[in-house]
Amino acid sequence: MGFDVLLKGKNMLRLLEGLGVAMKISLVSVVISIFLGIIVGMLMSQKKPLINVVTRIYLEIVRIMPQLVLLFIVFFGFTKLTGKNISAELSSIIVFSFWGTAEMADLVRGSLLSIPMIQYESSKALGFSRLQTYIYIIIPQVARRLLPLSINLITRMIKTTSLIMMIGIVEVLKTGQQIIEANRKTSPGAAFGIFATIFLLYFLACWPISCLSKYLEKRWEN
Amino acid sequence: MDFEVIKSYIPLFAEAFLLTIKTGWFGIALSFALGLICAFILYFKIPVLSAAVKVYVELFRNTPLLVQLFFMYYGLPILGIRVSAEICGIIGLGLLGGSYMTESIRSGLESVPKIQTESALSLGMTKPQLFRLVILPQAFAMSVPAIVANIIFLLKETSVFSAISLMDLMFTAKDLIGLYYDTTESLFLLVVFYIIMLLPVSIIGTVAEKKARFKIYGDI
Amino acid sequence: MEEILKIEHLKKSFDDLTILEDINLSVKKGEVLVVVGPSGCGKSTLLRCINGLEDIQEGKVILEGNIINPLVDRKSKYREKIGMVFQSYDLFPHKSILENVMLAPLKVQKRKKDEVKKEAEQLLDRVGLLSKVSNYPRQLSGGQKQRVAIVRALIMHPEILLFDEVTAALDPEMVREVLDVILNLAKQQRTMLIVTHEMAFAKAIADRVIFLDGGSIVEDSDPTSFFTAPKTDRARKFLNTFEFEKVH
Repeated sequence: MGFDVLLKGKNMLRLLEGLGVAMKISLVSVVISIFLGIIVGMLMSQKKPLINVVTRIYLEIVRIMPQLVLLFIVFFGFTKLTGKNISAELSSIIVFSFWGTAEMADLVRGSLLSIPMIQYESSKALGFSRLQTYIYIIIPQVARRLLPLSINLITRMIKTTSLIMMIGIVEVLKTGQQIIEANRKTSPGAAFGIFATIFLLYFLACWPISCLSKYLEKRWEN
Repeated sequence: MDFEVIKSYIPLFAEAFLLTIKTGWFGIALSFALGLICAFILYFKIPVLSAAVKVYVELFRNTPLLVQLFFMYYGLPILGIRVSAEICGIIGLGLLGGSYMTESIRSGLESVPKIQTESALSLGMTKPQLFRLVILPQAFAMSVPAIVANIIFLLKETSVFSAISLMDLMFTAKDLIGLYYDTTESLFLLVVFYIIMLLPVSIIGTVAEKKARFKIYGDI
Repeated sequence: MEEILKIEHLKKSFDDLTILEDINLSVKKGEVLVVVGPSGCGKSTLLRCINGLEDIQEGKVILEGNIINPLVDRKSKYREKIGMVFQSYDLFPHKSILENVMLAPLKVQKRKKDEVKKEAEQLLDRVGLLSKVSNYPRQLSGGQKQRVAIVRALIMHPEILLFDEVTAALDPEMVREVLDVILNLAKQQRTMLIVTHEMAFAKAIADRVIFLDGGSIVEDSDPTSFFTAPKTDRARKFLNTFEFEKVH
């Protein structure tokens, strides 16, 4: 069924390297998304009309535009517009961060707004300063809501990075295709083994993270 | 941007658009049916099947659609299972969506407070009556936001269908960019058609969420 | 008077934890029993065992000569004969007030819609809520919701009514309107089992007071002797928790 191809030469190692490329891009994008998302989310919770309108449009774009479309726009559109080539890696980091920041911002806004007013009021009544209120009262509560959700964002980011092969990055799927192509004659059934392996690799990359997110969510429910 | 080019491309995109929404909505219908069945299995804790559903949900929620499609479209024919790209897309989307719908519907069912079950039982309702008249309507209203989010997510996911050579919007755009270098026009049409496909769903979805919320909580 | 409900050697436990131990109780038609006791004594569990929301480990519950817990005949319609009102407002949030009241008689008893509607309106009128028929539960106050819950139980024409701390979650000013409805039911000779923390109400409405402590019945007496001269130390201690000594 084509699993034998994996053991030939460095094929398995190549697949893992391909997965590594996708992981690297998702990791960079997640870090940027969390950082920017916290800032944008805090801005959104301020309920300023202008910020509100701009962020609503931003969020709606992300909500309805497939990441692949955004990827095409940046990768092909940028070159067309400026005449300069933009690398596929950079395009994907830009797009995934653009997407991830919106997701993260929405989570941050939701968590901030979920803290009842009485928490702020009772802190004030106890004599906490504004800064102290945030440090001791608000942020710990927000963090507990936010952490499981941001961990979940990582798995979604990893899954999304499978798209980068569509703009020509040699990641795990592309490597898989190359291996299948190279072994067409000797093992015609390689497609099954290779794609089953990639399926499993993605699962092994995402599942533990999902479990961690679920566990933390349960543990901090109340 | 050259409007003559755009005009000449519209029929191509329109055709791809129809194919995309057709496969997309068939996939969504499949995912909803699958999600409903699996959620019931989990809710009623049907032995063996529950375990199978859990494995299915975890497998499909933790892998990208693109990988699932590659496996189904290029891998399964080795075992003699061969379907057209269109059917493969629908089934793939249905399986992916089914795992998301299962979770959404299940958590809706579980969010109905226990006291509702108890008061319905103490009024003499049978289990099927209790489920049909009390649990299901409330659970459904609670699930609406998650179901709407899933539908939008799944419609967006159709964009990877081009990878299994389905002639959808992405495929058309990529083809035209590759053939004629009309990048701006192609990208413009791509965005326009995705807006036509998704904006109404997003707006109707938001209204539906508010209506459902009102039904249960009475606020917006 | 004829006996309507009988409990024999009832035992209820969760795993190793025993909640109720050897409960024996007999209720006559038209009798009003008030069950009191410290929290965690098993009062609510007792009511839930009576209408079969909890299964029991030993003993039996008999309603009008038929064993209803443990249940032998699964098709038994015994639950229609037992009305129950819970502490939390358990109205169906997706149905209007009228629909809440009419749902069970229509679907469970398969009664005619016209007749059910007429009775529903009559009953709602009697508790002062006729104007709210088309409202939804969320638009009502806690006291109003509890009155609807009582009507919803009454329309099934139950033989016996169970009230599980129905005023415990209410604001003080709403307690009275709900208790008044229950007092009225007592005047109509309804058979009722009432779990409550309102001692003044218990004194007024009870034919018998059951004092439950540590999962068993410690006292079973008429209200006057229970409240003025409790037989046991445990009951005296319990009643003392409702008294305050003057500070000055």
